[in-house]
Amino acid sequence: MRQYLVLRVVAKIMIPFMLLFALYVQFHGDFGPGGGFQAGVIIAAAIIFYAIVFGLPTARRVVPDRLVETCLAAGVLIYAGVGFVGIFLGGNFLDYFVLDHDPVHGQHRGIFWVEVGVCVTVAGVMLKIFYMFAARRRDGGDE
Amino acid sequence: MMAVVAVVIALQGNLFAVVILGSVYSFLMATALVALDAVDVAMTEAAVGAGISTVLLLGALYLVRGEEQKARSRPWIPLVVSVAMAGTLVFGTFGLREFSDPTAPIHTHVAPRYINDAARETGVPNIVTAVLASYRGYDTLGETTVVFTAGAGVIALLRRRRRPEADGDRR
Repeated sequence: MRQYLVLRVVAKIMIPFMLLFALYVQFHGDFGPGGGFQAGVIIAAAIIFYAIVFGLPTARRVVPDRLVETCLAAGVLIYAGVGFVGIFLGGNFLDYFVLDHDPVHGQHRGIFWVEVGVCVTVAGVMLKIFYMFAARRRDGGDE
Repeated sequence: MMAVVAVVIALQGNLFAVVILGSVYSFLMATALVALDAVDVAMTEAAVGAGISTVLLLGALYLVRGEEQKARSRPWIPLVVSVAMAGTLVFGTFGLREFSDPTAPIHTHVAPRYINDAARETGVPNIVTAVLASYRGYDTLGETTVVFTAGAGVIALLRRRRRPEADGDRR
């Protein structure tokens, strides 16, 4: 679809806003609707949009497979890491109250990092699945 | 409107149209969820159901042929089973309390505590986020692990395609 000028221009205009909206959903999730899962999906959707318009190889240069796979695992590790930080600071697993002097701030902090973990994993998984499906016929199916 | 879309999907033979109609169905579903005040779920439905899964299905469609094959035999038994199952479920809903009945058991157990105390205890005004990430932190960790496992499973299945004889197995 590289030859469609309108699509390319629209994609270039839209994608920054999609990513920005994802960040908004991510960090404003405490106050409005949204959270890690939604933000991750929106990020993945923006990059998939990019891949559809500009071609898969270009997208893979921008967001390489290694990065995607790292994200996949890093999110779960961030989430579990928050749990273990809770243990080391003298609480239970996933105990946010001990993350700060003020328990409410600790909750805030815990929820924030947990949401980051969810977002990273979800974006990674969605992108990875898309990459694997889209690449199947193109380059003999292998990576 | 959703029922109409569902019937058209069932009758449609062209898989491309089925995928697009599935996306339409997801958007209608998201609208219904917004009407039910479940904005978080609606957002997820619109992004995942209408967006990403449509793209993935189109990607899969690119690998197979676009027309549904004629069924070799009339599948009567599955029809009977699914109708019976649907009948049972509809029958079961008659036993539920009325929608938005405040004395229903689901509204008297933990929901009041979440609604009354969540903002004070977690400092997060969005109760959905508070429940998801704090009160139900273990569940969400499990969900994240499930998502991760799904990704890992797809990698494990699709990456091993160097041998040509394994080509037709996942069509």
